[in-house]
Amino acid sequence: MKYYIAKRAINIFLTIFAVSIIIFLLIRLAPGDPAITMAGEHASPEVLARMRAEWGLTKPLIVQYFIWLKHALRGDFGQSILTHQSVLVELVQRFPNTLELSIFAMIFATIIGVFAGIVSAVKRYSFFDYTSMIIALFGVSMPIFWLAIMLIMIFSIKLDLLPTGGRLSVMYSIKPLTHLYLLDSLLELNFPAFLNALKHLILPSIALGTIPMAFIARITRSSMLDVMNQDYIRTARSKGLNEKAVIMKHALRNALIPILTASGTEFAMLMGGAILTETIFSWPGLGTYIVQAVSARDYPAVQGSVIFIALVIALINLIVDIFYSYIDPRIHYK
Amino acid sequence: MKKTLVFALLLALSVGFFAGCKPVAKQPVTLVFAKGDAVELDPADVTDGESITVMNNIFEGLVRYKAGSTEVEPCLATTWDTSSDGLVWTFHLRQGVKFQDGTPFNADAVVFSFERQRDPNHPFHQYGKWEYWGWCFSEIAKTEKIDDSTVKITLSQPFAPFLSTMAMFTMDIVSPTNCNQWKDQWMTHPVGTGPFGFVEWVKGDHVTLEKNPNYWGTQPKIDKLIFRVIDDPSSRYLALQKGEVQGMEFPNPDDLPKITQDSNLTLLSEPGLNVGYLAMNMGSDTPGFQKPFADVRVRQAISYAINKKDIVNQLYKGTATLAVNPIPPTLWGYNDAVQDYEYNPTKAKELLKAAGYPNGFKTNLWAMPVSRPYMFDPKAIATAIQADLKQVGIEAEIVTYDWSTYLQKTEAGEHAMCLLGWTADYADPDDFLYVLLDPDAAKVGSAGNVAFYRNSKVHDLNKEAQMTTDFNKRVELYKQVQQIVHDDAPWVPLAYAKQTLVFAKNVKGFVLYPTGDYHFDSVYFETSK
Repeated sequence: MKYYIAKRAINIFLTIFAVSIIIFLLIRLAPGDPAITMAGEHASPEVLARMRAEWGLTKPLIVQYFIWLKHALRGDFGQSILTHQSVLVELVQRFPNTLELSIFAMIFATIIGVFAGIVSAVKRYSFFDYTSMIIALFGVSMPIFWLAIMLIMIFSIKLDLLPTGGRLSVMYSIKPLTHLYLLDSLLELNFPAFLNALKHLILPSIALGTIPMAFIARITRSSMLDVMNQDYIRTARSKGLNEKAVIMKHALRNALIPILTASGTEFAMLMGGAILTETIFSWPGLGTYIVQAVSARDYPAVQGSVIFIALVIALINLIVDIFYSYIDPRIHYK
Repeated sequence: MKKTLVFALLLALSVGFFAGCKPVAKQPVTLVFAKGDAVELDPADVTDGESITVMNNIFEGLVRYKAGSTEVEPCLATTWDTSSDGLVWTFHLRQGVKFQDGTPFNADAVVFSFERQRDPNHPFHQYGKWEYWGWCFSEIAKTEKIDDSTVKITLSQPFAPFLSTMAMFTMDIVSPTNCNQWKDQWMTHPVGTGPFGFVEWVKGDHVTLEKNPNYWGTQPKIDKLIFRVIDDPSSRYLALQKGEVQGMEFPNPDDLPKITQDSNLTLLSEPGLNVGYLAMNMGSDTPGFQKPFADVRVRQAISYAINKKDIVNQLYKGTATLAVNPIPPTLWGYNDAVQDYEYNPTKAKELLKAAGYPNGFKTNLWAMPVSRPYMFDPKAIATAIQADLKQVGIEAEIVTYDWSTYLQKTEAGEHAMCLLGWTADYADPDDFLYVLLDPDAAKVGSAGNVAFYRNSKVHDLNKEAQMTTDFNKRVELYKQVQQIVHDDAPWVPLAYAKQTLVFAKNVKGFVLYPTGDYHFDSVYFETSK
């Protein structure tokens, strides 16, 4: 196992290295000059030249890359051209926002998705099966911005139950320690703020979790159906086990691998930030940060955040792989 | 037992959850305003509107624009004098003013605020980009302290719009103590002399300001001012409907009809300092020049041929008003006497015939690739103009490039006709009539005057207006320029984009500034009747 993790670590390192080269070139090949974008339409050529020199954009590409790499290896992603702040500091502030939302979206997606999938498989061709699979089909093809606006219209405006967006109402304040508001408010024992933060999470989690939920429901259903036809399920039933034990102990455990893979992939996808959900719910996550950085041609911010996200995704994949061996003892890593 | 306990807990939690747990303490009077996020909070180092909005309420300059106008009035300076050659400006400072951090406001603070931008050897110069200094203040040779309450600014050449530029955010006075304490992190810890003091900035979420209890002027009527970041205009509108925010900027044009009908909301809107226009290339030394455009009758014919009213009404979706002059009516010096060319295709045909083009001619029309407030949907506007011109026999082919290429090529005069626009940096007709229509600005390759319109009379009037400091004289000069430009018709002015804000009905006292500045010190809540 240790050997496997070491091997994977080297793999991750190489992947990140490749990603760094690709993103470094891509952002520079894209049309647009950060100096013009920053200085605006009436900047004089002298000002532009001074800005380019200041950001090291006049040096050859390869030199620029190695200067960046030297700093990045020490954990220094440089200063954002747009905001003058350290890119790493900005990422560390933004990432917990994305993490908190993604975790909630995945909790929602997995609980509902797995439940619907199991019931659909067990009661195959029933009314529930048809309904939930039709809903799942809608879920996969749903335009998120539409769903999000509908949720706000119904739950915020009409029913007045939940806030329209943001992370916390302005009357509360939490000292950002982990930047995960739920955790921070609990650490301060500030329960009103905790409940308020939780309320703010519900609608964006549903909007963001709908596609993963639909996907997980479909995977769970087909994986369960596959397993339910296996001989050992027939054996379990014939030795007189009750149906609940057959489904939960024998079938589900064996059906979990594809479900875990699907959930892991979906979770990793969410780590990159969700631009639409973040924009509509004014959720200051990584997605909007990257969009802002790309449109300003903020090279350090784009490079920093892409590397950061690549690293997080690689780690999630690693964790999922390690989980496999716990779920299925037959899987061994050497 | 266990199950009952869990159930009871869940029940308790959910009751609290939907009851909404109102905090008990008396709430300060708070206004929450929805907008985009600031980039940084140093007035001399920013160029974007979202940052400027926040800083307008924290900082002040030596002079400011009168509420709702573009005229300059005293602020941190009470009076000023000009030397007879217009080169030396002496400002007498307001006494007894303190920054929000307690630092006294004096000549040292003014010298620090300006010299850090101008002097590359100033210890604070390294911490900023100071872009606006290069664009608008290059004529300032130096700023000196005479005594604690007097400051002398020397210009390298006389420049009457100088006073207007002094009211720009770039010239706001910052607390030197605070700058030196925070160094390069200063732009996230702003301290000025304004009506509101900075409390916190949670990036991407909100900026909180609080009433400055030691403010020298009239105290603000609200205790707390929170700028909440909501990027999506439709989400802003939803938050306003729900009452989570009490004001917002830039509603989605599609939401405007609903907003106007909503009796719980107030819509404020007025043209800003901008203009969108069609320029006709008159420069015979440019690669895009075509002979017909040298004839004033052709340019006038085009002015008569375009149905501007339809374009503004239908394509700008209520976000702009019809333009007549190169400067908007909200700017001082606007010439009311100018009669716009009405939509009249018959007259246009007659003029073309008189100019020797009875069957029209073939040309090109450049359309911007990006939408700007002053040019909402440029492709659709170009198509409408193309159709109007076809009516009088002129065949215009629509051309477009990516934005930076478009700017470069139009500055080099590769077009025959092009759509473009301008948003002023400071409230002075000079920032329109000199930079967009003066022969000085018609240099091929770096032209602000993309019509390459070169009228020596316009140049003389512009120059005279730059030299004289007599305000009424300047108004007169600029009115003359507008009449000449109208008669020569190098442009078809199309539209002035409006700034639009929406407030909850009970929010009163907000004043629109033509510069697009938001000042919240006059805002108050009307108590219910």
